[in-house]
Amino acid sequence: MRNRWLAENRTQMSILFVLFVLLVLFMISSPKTFLSGDIYAAFMSTIPFSMIMALSLTLVVICGEMDLSFPSIMGFCGYVFTQVFHATGSVAIALLVCILVGLVAGYLNGFLIVKFRLPSLVVTIGTQFFWAGLTQVLCQGLGRTLVPTKESPLYYLLVGRVFGKVPVQMFWAVVVAFFLWLILNRHRFGAHIYYTGDNEASARVMGINVDRVKTIVFTQMGGFAAFAGVLASLEVLYFWPTLGQGYLLKTIAAVFLGGTPVEGGVGTIFGTFIGAIIIGILEAGIIAMGLSGFWTQLVYGLIIVISITIHSVLRRKVA
Amino acid sequence: MKMAEPSEVLVKMVNIRKSFGHAEVLRGVNFEVGYNEIVGLLGDNGAGKSTLIKILTGVHQPDSGEIYWKGQKLVNYSVAKARELGIETVFQERALSEQHSLWRNIFMGREITNRWGFLDIKKQREEAERIIREYMGFTSSALSVDAVVGTMSGGEKQGVAIARALHFQADLIILDEPTTGLSLSETQKVLSFVEEIKKQGKSAIFITHNIYHVYPVADRIVILDRGRVVGEFMKAAIPLEKLVEKLYLVARTGRLNDEGSFSEGTPKGPHGLESLMP
Ligand SMILES: Nc1ncnc2c1ncn2[C@@H]1O[C@H](COP(=O)(O)OP(=O)(O)O)[C@@H](O)[C@H]1O
Ligand SMILES: [Mg+2]
Repeated sequence: MRNRWLAENRTQMSILFVLFVLLVLFMISSPKTFLSGDIYAAFMSTIPFSMIMALSLTLVVICGEMDLSFPSIMGFCGYVFTQVFHATGSVAIALLVCILVGLVAGYLNGFLIVKFRLPSLVVTIGTQFFWAGLTQVLCQGLGRTLVPTKESPLYYLLVGRVFGKVPVQMFWAVVVAFFLWLILNRHRFGAHIYYTGDNEASARVMGINVDRVKTIVFTQMGGFAAFAGVLASLEVLYFWPTLGQGYLLKTIAAVFLGGTPVEGGVGTIFGTFIGAIIIGILEAGIIAMGLSGFWTQLVYGLIIVISITIHSVLRRKVA
Repeated sequence: MKMAEPSEVLVKMVNIRKSFGHAEVLRGVNFEVGYNEIVGLLGDNGAGKSTLIKILTGVHQPDSGEIYWKGQKLVNYSVAKARELGIETVFQERALSEQHSLWRNIFMGREITNRWGFLDIKKQREEAERIIREYMGFTSSALSVDAVVGTMSGGEKQGVAIARALHFQADLIILDEPTTGLSLSETQKVLSFVEEIKKQGKSAIFITHNIYHVYPVADRIVILDRGRVVGEFMKAAIPLEKLVEKLYLVARTGRLNDEGSFSEGTPKGPHGLESLMP
C-alpha cells in the first residue's frame, strides 16, 4: 500500500523536494529576505496569475495538446473587462462578460483543432497573434485606469488582502487548483482527459468522445486565462495593453516542471502547483542572493532542464 | 448462403461498402452471426477484417449497406450504441491506456460514477479485483489491479482486454486477432474463453489468420479476401484438411467453385491467401 502510494507519487515528491531545497538555499544565502513574511506575501500576490493559467494548461497538456494563445486571450480579456467596466460601472458584469469572452476564445481554439483536425500548436500560434493583434488595434496602445473598481466589494473579494497582508488571489489559485484536481482525479471527465492523451485511438474505440473532451479542455483554458487577466489587472488597478506578455514561457515551464510530460497521458495538478511556486520564487531568490538579474534566465534554464530530466528518468523506471 | 429472416440471426450486415480515400477496403460484404454461434473470420492482412468489425462496433460508418441487430435496422450508430446493444470488442490494437492502471483500463469509457459523474474509485478497484480473478485466472499476487498496463506482458494485456469485454455481459463478443503474439499457453487460455462464451449461450466473432486457432472453436468459418467474402463453411460440413485444401485453392485461383459460396468475380492478385496457410 505504501509502496503503491510512493510509486504513484514519486514525480510529485521529487518536485516538492526541489522546492524545499531551493527554499533552504535561499534562506541560508539571504536570511533577511527569506525569513521575513513580507517576501511570501509578495509571492502570493504575483504567483497566482500564472499559477491559475498553468493549472488550467495542465489539462491541455495531459490531453496531449498545447496552447500558446492563453497569454493573448488573457490580454484581450483584460481589455474587455476594462471596457465593460467603464461602460457599465459594474465589476460583476465586466467579470462575467470577460470570462464569457475567454471561454468563447478557448472554444474557438478547440473548434478549429477538432473540426479541421489541425495541430493545436499551429492553431494557437495563429490565435495567439490574432487576439494580441485585436487588442492592439482596439486599444491603440493605450492603457486605462481601473482605480474606480475599488468601490466594488468584488475588488476586495478578488485581489484584497486578508488581515491587511495575505493576498486573496492566492486563495483563488488554491480554489482553482482544488477544483481542477477534483475534475481530473475524481470525475469521469478527468479520466477521459487522461485516456485521450495516453492513446487517442484507444480512447475513441472505447467510446470516449475525444473531440468533446478536447473542445472542453481548450474552452476552460480560455476561461481561466480571462480570470487571470482580471486578477492581474485589478492587482495593479490598471489595464496595460501589454497584459499577458511574459507569461507564456513561465506558465508552460511551470507545467513541465511539475512533471506533466509534453506527450500527455499523465500529469498532476499538484506538480503544476509546486512548479508554479518554484518559477515564482526563483527570480526573487536569485536577486536576493546578490546575483544580478542577468542570472535569472540562466538559472531558470538549469532548473527546468534538471527537473525534466529527473521526471523523465523516474517515469522510465516505472515503465 | 441461405438468406435468413433478419430476426433469425443476432446480427446481420448487408452489402457493406467502405473506402478510405481511393482504396476500397470493403466491396459489398454480407456477414451474419447467429444466436449462440461462434463465427471464425479468416483473411490475409489487409483483407478488411478489422474494418468490417469496426463498422459493426460503430467506430467507422460504412459508405453504404445496412446492419440489423435482432432484426432491427440500426440508425445513428455509434460506439456507445453498440455497447448499449451488447456488443463488446477486443480490438486488434487492444485499445488500452498503457500509462494507467489495470483497474482504470477495465472501466475505460464507462466508469462507475455517481449521478454527477464522480468516480467510485473504491468500487471500481474492487470490481477489477474480482474481474481479474474470475476471468483472467490471475491468482498470483504478482499482478495487482494497480499494475500499470504498460508494464504487463502481451498475454496479460490481452487478458485485460478480454476480461473487460467478458465482464460487461455482452450478447456478442468480437475478438480481433486475440492470439497474435501470444504464447501457446496464452493462446489456449483465449480459446477456452471462446468456449466459455459458447457455453454461456452468447455469440462471438473470432478473427484470425491462423486457421488452426479458429477451427477448434468455430461453428462456422467465413473467409474474407480483399474486401469480399470468398468462402463460407459450416465446420460440421468440412474437415480441417479439406478446409485447408480450399484455402490453397482460393490462394491460387482467387475463387471457390464447389461447396463454398460468393465465388463470383473474386479477383486474383499478388497477395492472395497464402499467408493463411500454416
Ligand atoms: N483508418 C484507416 N485509414 C486508411 N486506411 C485504412 C484504415 N483502416 C484500414 N485501412 C486500410 O484498409 C485495409 C484493410 O485493413 P484492415 O481492415 O485492418 O485489414 P485486416 O484487419 O483484415 O488486416 C488495409 O489496406 C488498411 O491499410
Ligand atoms: Mg486487422
